[in-house]
Amino acid sequence: MIEAKNINFYYGDFHALKDISMYMKKNTVTALIGPSGCGKSTFLRLFNRMNDLIDNTRLTGECLIQGENIYNKSVHVDELRKKAGMVFQKPNPFPKSIFENVAYGLRVNNMGDKKFIEQRVEESLIAAALWDEVKDKLKKSAFEISGGQQQRLCIARALAVSPSILLMDEPASALDPISTSKIEELIHKLKEEYTIVIVTHNMQQAARISDMTGFFMMGELVEYSDTKKMFLNPQKEATQNYITGRFG
Amino acid sequence: MKHIEKEINSLKEEIIQMWKLVVSQLEKAKQSFINSDIETAIEIVTREKSVDAFELKIDSDCENYIALYSPVAVDLRLVLSLLKISNSLERIGDLAAGIARHVIEDECNNNSLELIENLQLEEMFDTLISMLSDGLVSLEYESTIKSEKILAKDDKIDQIYHNSIYILSEYITKDTSFTLCGLKLLLPIRKLERIGDLCSNLVEDIVFYVDAIVLKHNEHHNNN
Repeated sequence: MIEAKNINFYYGDFHALKDISMYMKKNTVTALIGPSGCGKSTFLRLFNRMNDLIDNTRLTGECLIQGENIYNKSVHVDELRKKAGMVFQKPNPFPKSIFENVAYGLRVNNMGDKKFIEQRVEESLIAAALWDEVKDKLKKSAFEISGGQQQRLCIARALAVSPSILLMDEPASALDPISTSKIEELIHKLKEEYTIVIVTHNMQQAARISDMTGFFMMGELVEYSDTKKMFLNPQKEATQNYITGRFG
Repeated sequence: MKHIEKEINSLKEEIIQMWKLVVSQLEKAKQSFINSDIETAIEIVTREKSVDAFELKIDSDCENYIALYSPVAVDLRLVLSLLKISNSLERIGDLAAGIARHVIEDECNNNSLELIENLQLEEMFDTLISMLSDGLVSLEYESTIKSEKILAKDDKIDQIYHNSIYILSEYITKDTSFTLCGLKLLLPIRKLERIGDLCSNLVEDIVFYVDAIVLKHNEHHNNN
């Protein structure tokens, strides 16, 4: 489904990702863990070409989604971003109504008529486990709901354009335990339809929600394995030191 | 050393203290049983409470550690192993106290040296003490090099136990007045056999902690 082949990525002279190869199966959750600056977010952002927006960067290797190298010239970035939705650390709703936030992607991509958009907004809010909480205030500003609800709204916004992949960069790090638990439940449910890659600093969260875990350190993929195996019996000393809190 | 490592080390230190106490209980059980030494037997029964207290303390500390530190990897394996180890050690302590009670309460204490020798009881005790002591060294040094050797000793214990049934049966056949004492003598021997099983469990738990390998219910221990 998603594959990285011998990825090297540079910010100017800085070698941020060093020969990373990883395969992520369809309908799985893959957690990327590692200390700050290890390259996990850079790696995540490769899959919807967010790094294209940064000057003076260079990439070698291949990023494949459903067998296609997403860095081929024939690939339209807008189309790619519909396929690979992104959720960020801090909820970032647009200064619009709840409804319009979810409808935004559909409107800018000219996807369907008014009825279709209404239906898709409802479906997306249901899928993001937010519908029951906002169905009576869809016209209210997105800033009027709580941080946890805003983050689920951002997930609904990503889901509205029917992606197959969800990329999440610490989606619960700014949330309280209740909202975090809702996001985790949601991730668990969403993997039935989506392939999810999540960057997290929360070890227990990675253990709870992911099927596979990749541990990054200083731009290298130190270990990539089944999450249960990684958290019971990691094969590399560096992984063990990191996940047990002995690192550094 | 990080705080988390200090906590883990203090848990390990507790189990080592408990283990040393249980080794000493078993050594004293040997002394009291072989020599019909009632004074030592009473001492064992009294000290059993300390073994129980260790188990409760370690259980509680492990629960706290899991709740507060959410251990993973080697730390998780250690805590899971420690919970099982403390339970096995408590059982061994219990069995040693049971043997001591046999010495205190039994009217057929003065078994002949010849019978003790034929039953290989001293050898049984010594083998168990060495299994237990080697297990302790394995935990202290986090080394499983000797685990196979320790586990193999349990086969010897089982063999001595099975032989003892036939030996006692022969003695009873020869001298029917020995029937009651013969049957009673089988009880502590059975306890020693159980201690052998528990020593094997201890080694299995250390192997799980150190090597992340599950030995339980493998071919070697189907007779457990």
